[in-house]
Amino acid sequence: MQLDNLYQEVILDHYKHPQNKKLSANYDAQVHHVNPSCGDEIDLNLTIKDGIVSDISWDGVGCSISQASVSILTELLTGKKIDEAYLIFDQFVALMQSKGAVSGDEMVLEDAIALAGVSKYPARIKCALLGWMAFKDASVQAQAKSKLD
Amino acid sequence: MAYDPLVIRKDFPIFDRSIRDGKRLVYLDSGATSQKPAVVIDAESNFYRKHNAAAHRGAHQLAEEATEAIESAREVVANFLSGTVDEIVFTKHSTEALNLLAYSIGNSPVGNKFHLKAGDEIVVSEMEHHANLIPWQELAKRTGAVLKWFEVNPDGRLDLSNIDSVVTSRTKIVALTHQSNVLGTINPLAQLVKRTHDVGAIFILDACQSVPHMPVNVAALDIDFLVFSGHKAVGPTGVGVLWGRASLLAELPPFLFGGSMIESVTMTDATWASAPRKFEPGVPNMAQIVGLGTALNYLTDIGIQEIHNHEINITSYAISKLQEINELRIVGPTDMNLRGGAVSFTLGEIHPHDLGQFLDNSGVAVRTGHHCAWPLTRKMGVAATTRASFYLYNTLDDIDVLVDAVSDAQKYFA
Repeated sequence: MQLDNLYQEVILDHYKHPQNKKLSANYDAQVHHVNPSCGDEIDLNLTIKDGIVSDISWDGVGCSISQASVSILTELLTGKKIDEAYLIFDQFVALMQSKGAVSGDEMVLEDAIALAGVSKYPARIKCALLGWMAFKDASVQAQAKSKLD
Repeated sequence: MAYDPLVIRKDFPIFDRSIRDGKRLVYLDSGATSQKPAVVIDAESNFYRKHNAAAHRGAHQLAEEATEAIESAREVVANFLSGTVDEIVFTKHSTEALNLLAYSIGNSPVGNKFHLKAGDEIVVSEMEHHANLIPWQELAKRTGAVLKWFEVNPDGRLDLSNIDSVVTSRTKIVALTHQSNVLGTINPLAQLVKRTHDVGAIFILDACQSVPHMPVNVAALDIDFLVFSGHKAVGPTGVGVLWGRASLLAELPPFLFGGSMIESVTMTDATWASAPRKFEPGVPNMAQIVGLGTALNYLTDIGIQEIHNHEINITSYAISKLQEINELRIVGPTDMNLRGGAVSFTLGEIHPHDLGQFLDNSGVAVRTGHHCAWPLTRKMGVAATTRASFYLYNTLDDIDVLVDAVSDAQKYFA
């Protein structure tokens, strides 16, 4: 079925078994993002230690695409240097906005490559990006905080 | 002749196309916007082909024809609502019509019937579309008026048990929807309008979901203002209607200022044309107004009561079939008493976006989300719903396709 390109097994798996979906008590930055077109919401806590993403946790409600996407993000970016995380972020955003023209580098994006099919469904790109935009926002706040400390 | 949606569908060119690799289009999103019959598409383009000129301006034949075209459309709208021609104001959409009311009321000076002061009250309900909520929130903020509202019961009806404490002698405006775009609930207007008038307030009806679907007679309802959108009534986008009692439109100050809404202008001051002209500055969306006139004539030819009866039939069928699905919960009234053809539901833990995507893959077009009524979905205890909304061209077969696809989605996401 054509729909299987969108709902890859990896996505449904993350949706049914979301990773790091429990907000950590300690964090450098906490953000709350919503998708106003559908009402999906996410809270995301982030800790950056010595320039490395050391902890991402989240909670939220949303469709399988938004939930799986943030679940994948937490596994992909935790342990990465922040600069490296931003490179992955940029590649993921470019993939989402590609309208299917780009297939993405699996070496860089790992499980997130499963979301490539989303780029052909314009209405769902915001779903896939919800958690990623929350991460970007939190990372900026966390780094601003570490400069003050 | 018996009502036959299969014959009606032939009037709508969009049903000739297919969806997602050859599937039949099952369009169940008329609550968002309706499809357009060929006569409306032709009326709009023929205006540009044959009659285009600036209405109410110009000393030439085309300007005369353009003026005649939009003024006869105004007459069609007036007849459709059982109002008079001078009571029909064309806007861009119903959202603009509601903002027109809110801003005009906000502009009313001391001594004007509409003048709002701190402590006056504006009444809405929890089931309002954002378009009939936020303009009043903002008006309350600008004037110091107090926003109050009717709550919604768990079964999706307005709670009117406290009507006398919600609508009081301090109430100046009551603005309510006729039919909820999410729940399908039709509100019992008689009691509400009577209470509103008893306290000397004005009653504004958001009729976006009723005028296209059932007979609405402004005189019989005894309301003061009504708004609806052309595009939900098989008409074009870009045209909405404000109907107001002639005596009230005469007293209401204008909202937008400029050309053609004036009586006389000097370098320091201006006076206003009479209604409806005073509320229609700028060259109007003429082709769309003409298209709307054609659309309402099209609905009248079929019979708006016949359309309503048809919708009641398929909605009743849809509710009974959907209720057979395990874990499916209808959000809104399930009895057909005072209920129209918008059916919202949730399906276990399956998110509406995922369900909507699956249905789309089966050719079924529905709406998902909070439907621009976020406070309502929160109140009903759901983050979002899937909404199927029906119109004159839908068939029982459309419902069967929907129900089968919902069941298939359940297996897919299990």
